[in-house]
Amino acid sequence: MLKDLLSNWPLLQQIRTGADGTGPEAMSEKTRKLKPKFEGAEVARSICPYCGVGCGQLAFHKNGKLISIEGDPESPISRGHLCPKGADSFELVTHPRRELKVKYRRPYSREWESLDLEQAMDMVAHRLWKSREDTFVEKKDGRSLMQTKAIGHLGGATLDIEENYLIKKLFTAGLGMVCLSNQARI
Amino acid sequence: MPSLGTSFGRGGATTAQQDLANSDAILIMGSSMAENHPVGFQWVMEARKRGATIIHVDPRFTRTSAMADIWVPMRSGSDIVFLGGLIRYVLESGKEFREYVKHYTNAATILREDMKLPDELEGVFSGWDEETSKYSPETWLYQGEPEKSDAVRPGHAQAGGGHGKDRGGEAGDLHKHDSDPTLQHPRCAFNVLRRHFARYTPELVESVCGVPKEQFLKVAEIFSNASGPEKTGAICYAVGWTQHSTGVQIIRAACILQLLLGNIGRPGGGVLALRGHASIQGSTDIPTLYDILPGYSPMPFWESDADTLEQYINRHSSNAGWWSNFDKYIVSLLKAWYGDQAKKENDFGFDWLPRVTGDHSELGYWMDMMDGKMEGLFVMGQNPAVGAANGRLQRKALSKLKWLVVREFVETETASFWYDSPEIERGELKPEDIATEIFFFPAASHVEKEGSFTNTQRLIQLHQKAIDPPADCRSETWFMYHLGRRMKAKAKAGLHPRNAGLNALTWDYPTQGPHAEPVVDAVVCEINGYKTANRELVRDYTELQADGSTACGCWIYSGIHPQPGMNLANSRKPKDYLGHGWGYAWPSDRRILYNRASARPDGKPWSERKKLVWWDENKRAWTGHDVPDFKKDTPPDYRPAQEAKGMEAIAGDMPFIMHPDGVGWLWVSSGLKDGPLPTHYEPLEPVVPNALYPKRPFNPTAEKMERPENPYGFPCDKRFPHVLTTYRLTEHHTAGGMSRTLSHLAELQPEFFCEISPEMAEEFGIVHGGYATIISPRGIIEARALVTPRMRPFAVQGRRVYEVGLPYHWGSRGITTGDSANDLLALNEEPNVRIMETKALACFIRSGRRPRGEAALDELKAKMRESA
Amino acid sequence: MSTVTGFLTDSTLCIGCKACEVACKEWNDLGADGLNWSGFSYDNTGALGHSTWRHVKFVEHPPELGHGGNSPELASWTFSSDVCKHCENAGCLEACPTGSIVRTEFGTVYVQPDICNGCSYCVVACPFGVIQRNKEDGRAFKCTFCYDRQRAGRTPACAHACPTESIKFGPLDELRAEAGRRIEDLHSKGMHDATLYDPVDTSVGGIHAFFITRGDPRQYNLPPQPEIPTIYAKQGWKSAALGAGMLAVGTFLAFLGGGKR
Repeated sequence: MLKDLLSNWPLLQQIRTGADGTGPEAMSEKTRKLKPKFEGAEVARSICPYCGVGCGQLAFHKNGKLISIEGDPESPISRGHLCPKGADSFELVTHPRRELKVKYRRPYSREWESLDLEQAMDMVAHRLWKSREDTFVEKKDGRSLMQTKAIGHLGGATLDIEENYLIKKLFTAGLGMVCLSNQARI
Repeated sequence: MPSLGTSFGRGGATTAQQDLANSDAILIMGSSMAENHPVGFQWVMEARKRGATIIHVDPRFTRTSAMADIWVPMRSGSDIVFLGGLIRYVLESGKEFREYVKHYTNAATILREDMKLPDELEGVFSGWDEETSKYSPETWLYQGEPEKSDAVRPGHAQAGGGHGKDRGGEAGDLHKHDSDPTLQHPRCAFNVLRRHFARYTPELVESVCGVPKEQFLKVAEIFSNASGPEKTGAICYAVGWTQHSTGVQIIRAACILQLLLGNIGRPGGGVLALRGHASIQGSTDIPTLYDILPGYSPMPFWESDADTLEQYINRHSSNAGWWSNFDKYIVSLLKAWYGDQAKKENDFGFDWLPRVTGDHSELGYWMDMMDGKMEGLFVMGQNPAVGAANGRLQRKALSKLKWLVVREFVETETASFWYDSPEIERGELKPEDIATEIFFFPAASHVEKEGSFTNTQRLIQLHQKAIDPPADCRSETWFMYHLGRRMKAKAKAGLHPRNAGLNALTWDYPTQGPHAEPVVDAVVCEINGYKTANRELVRDYTELQADGSTACGCWIYSGIHPQPGMNLANSRKPKDYLGHGWGYAWPSDRRILYNRASARPDGKPWSERKKLVWWDENKRAWTGHDVPDFKKDTPPDYRPAQEAKGMEAIAGDMPFIMHPDGVGWLWVSSGLKDGPLPTHYEPLEPVVPNALYPKRPFNPTAEKMERPENPYGFPCDKRFPHVLTTYRLTEHHTAGGMSRTLSHLAELQPEFFCEISPEMAEEFGIVHGGYATIISPRGIIEARALVTPRMRPFAVQGRRVYEVGLPYHWGSRGITTGDSANDLLALNEEPNVRIMETKALACFIRSGRRPRGEAALDELKAKMRESA
Repeated sequence: MSTVTGFLTDSTLCIGCKACEVACKEWNDLGADGLNWSGFSYDNTGALGHSTWRHVKFVEHPPELGHGGNSPELASWTFSSDVCKHCENAGCLEACPTGSIVRTEFGTVYVQPDICNGCSYCVVACPFGVIQRNKEDGRAFKCTFCYDRQRAGRTPACAHACPTESIKFGPLDELRAEAGRRIEDLHSKGMHDATLYDPVDTSVGGIHAFFITRGDPRQYNLPPQPEIPTIYAKQGWKSAALGAGMLAVGTFLAFLGGGKR
């Protein structure tokens, strides 16, 4: 122990190695033990959520906590590279302005209120069901119509294909909503 | 999509980003690829390193121009003249890839005698109906095609968008036609093309685009040299082409050019559509759109498809080519959705699908919302209050909803319009008057859920889950599943016919974890398809049947999950430069589409340098570096019998198998609403007259949606003399929801600015670094002035045209805030895909800040009162 | 013995996307510098500093019709990602009185934050104006060359992210050779204004993060003759010695003179 301490003492090291006190001999304990923050972390293979290039990402995580996100060198498209947005993905997930709770605004209200998630789901289901009941048209001129035009959906190009599949399936095939749209046009 | 779809057969980029490295010339137009797809741009840099010439045609000198060998500034909105000029140059100088054009395009097809071009009809094609502002495409068909009764035609003028309409119906028999392989017939498509583009001379390009003749000719020469057996060239575009009132036809012009140069289906060739969101391609493949079903099958239309499944199938399937399988795909989809209740006796539940009765796209239904006709809206991962055209109308319409659900990472302007929008500031809206009930749900991020994005090159890639989403944050999968569960519970009690489909809807996804998160893999299995008898997964779409024995959620994705536990979107062992073994590209893991065209008609590669897929005589099969986009064992010399149907009708030298005639379409006889060929019109707010057809200033089929809240200036309006163009910056993302709240991105572009030329700044007294106020008939905004020689005035038809450049990322929320550029834009629709024009509208600019509060509207009103 | 590593930053490949700035901040947990719209091209972070360890400099010249930025005639809009040069003779390291600044086994210059006492001697000693003291925190910071990542055999965050491989990381010798080849290549393409910035002939003695630029390197904040302040200090010692000697002689002479009186 004492020997270790002595051997690590910069002055002794300098004398022993003839170094000038600016190399490893001058390194602190902390510097000597320096390790990258993803050391010992698990990695999930991910894909950048921004543009359509589809860069590979490595999402490092430890004990249920995200550690860092960087480019996946194995991706044949991105070869490990990311643009500033992709490179900022860790901040996207972890930044303090991200909303974490359900918020509710009553008609004519001037403020947000908090609301339990399950209760919010029940309330949305109730509104959706009622609007559908009130506006659904089964037939037009005696021919099948089976639609409601009074409820719309917008979004999808930033969502997963599986999510879009469930949206189209429930909203259109299940509920008869025809007003579905997203960013994609080209 | 309809441009690529009608030209080649499928609405997707024809190539992979990595393959750009093999190009000899790359034309980037309608895109600032280096800025908006920086990582994809590495492949352009790779090509540059290997000696390719990079050409950037753009009104602004951007970071893409800074990497290009050649930059040519072109006035926004004149793209078809520039591309038409290139087409004419190729045809007039005989630089087309003759062998390719003769065999692989419809150049030889003879068109009908009663077809007329716009030059003969003062700016419209034959079939134009002035009263309805619509075309009947009858005269655009091929000569020799059998007549069809009205009952079989899908009705070209119907309300749908164009996403799913590139097949079937009137095009179903196009393989039966007259042709002249010598290309001598005056009415063969090749000669019609030549006639149509004869007026697109370098002089016209100079006068309309503001591109000096010699600059245009330099581009024409270099790009047309990237053709022939030994060379290829690629074209990259993005919303700089699509977001025009002629957007689809601009892309069509590029497709024609690439077909003439023989650049489709070959390494280093192609048309690469650059998508701006992680899954733009995916969200049309599996659409959250009103006019299509998964896999580009059309939604049934009430007018024409209300009755029986058989009728619907007859209208939309094709006698020849791949779409002859349409019945299998639609029946399998109905089986996937309605399960055991979908039976032959009830048309597999076809009647439960809602019918489309009009334009139910975002732009269409937003007008209904404005009129108070809508009750509820779900917004998921989109921010229309900032991102959509005419922000003022967008936000006011939201205030007329009964209820609104917003799912996002942060509280966007769409969620906060009721208390901090410009309309609140100006006193137009007050929170206490707004009845809208709003639910904000925090969303899970990409690392907090499992799922797949389909990227710009049709590549489906799974992102694995790393961590659980925090607090109330949930995936859309979770939200939809649990909402669906509640709706199905309510439907059980309802006896209306409307609930039959909902009751039948298969919704038994397994869940896992403390939040009862649905198992995404189960959804992927359903998308892949399975045999209904034993739920055994199908190997791919060739196993699908029309008798109800198979179910499949999206036929073009079928093959993605061929075995239990094997989601190919999660493959991560790339074997070659095209990336086979990494992700899964639809269809059938083909990375370069139409790759049969990379071989000569006899099946041998055009050249050693450009070989990709070829016929192996020993194995009697197509083979090569990519999965052949062709029937694997159909030899090059196969010729169909007279009455052959389906794929049997496609000869061994016809690479475009989705088309009933098996070739690429220079001439599009079916599937487009604004003409079989691109022709130039000015934007909807033109600042100069249409040099070709003075009587038709803008695309006559475009919907202006003009109303008091969505007003327009007049053509060549003195009040709004400048061109306004919007775009993105590398440092931000679309409407800002994923960038304006992030400190490391906000600091890089911390304020809304406009870019103008030094000449413009001087003429209008605008000081660099100071403020400028920009006004359009729709709105008034302010921005810091960035005066830069990267912007320049254009000499167009004898006058000087200035452009004002506006990045559109800002809004009232986030770390960096500012006025929204999109408040100046108009809501309108290109006729095929119903996209709005964002790249070329008219505006006014003055120095100084805009007034605050109500006074801002006073200035706008005063402007509108000036004489036009 | 570890390999000595370096950066080759090739501005002719830089697209000005600033991924390096962001990737660096993300990896090193650096804060934002604030929202200051400069109006100077697209550069709003200005310069390297205690919380900006990579900075992309934008240089604008009026473009000419027909010429992109890759044309030999004119580089209209160029970008270059600046970074700590990790000098062979590092002024900061020599000036540091606490031993906080060390040279690592990769030949890079590393500030040990646990030792730095914020004296700022290094700040004035840097010939490139790279290292800066964080006023709130008190200590001095600069690029660590991702010492932690290098330890684990990983590429530094900036080079890892760079979309066009404008930032190259590798063994110093190999990079120097590559830089030579690259310059030759650029010259053969007619870009005679392409130069390698690597001041080996000054007291800095060469740098471990060198640059390929077009035109005068001063446009990119790269001084043509960087010198470490210690050489002035040596000159200073000489002058001081001379002055002291003269003073002594003067005093002696004065004594002599006094004696005569």
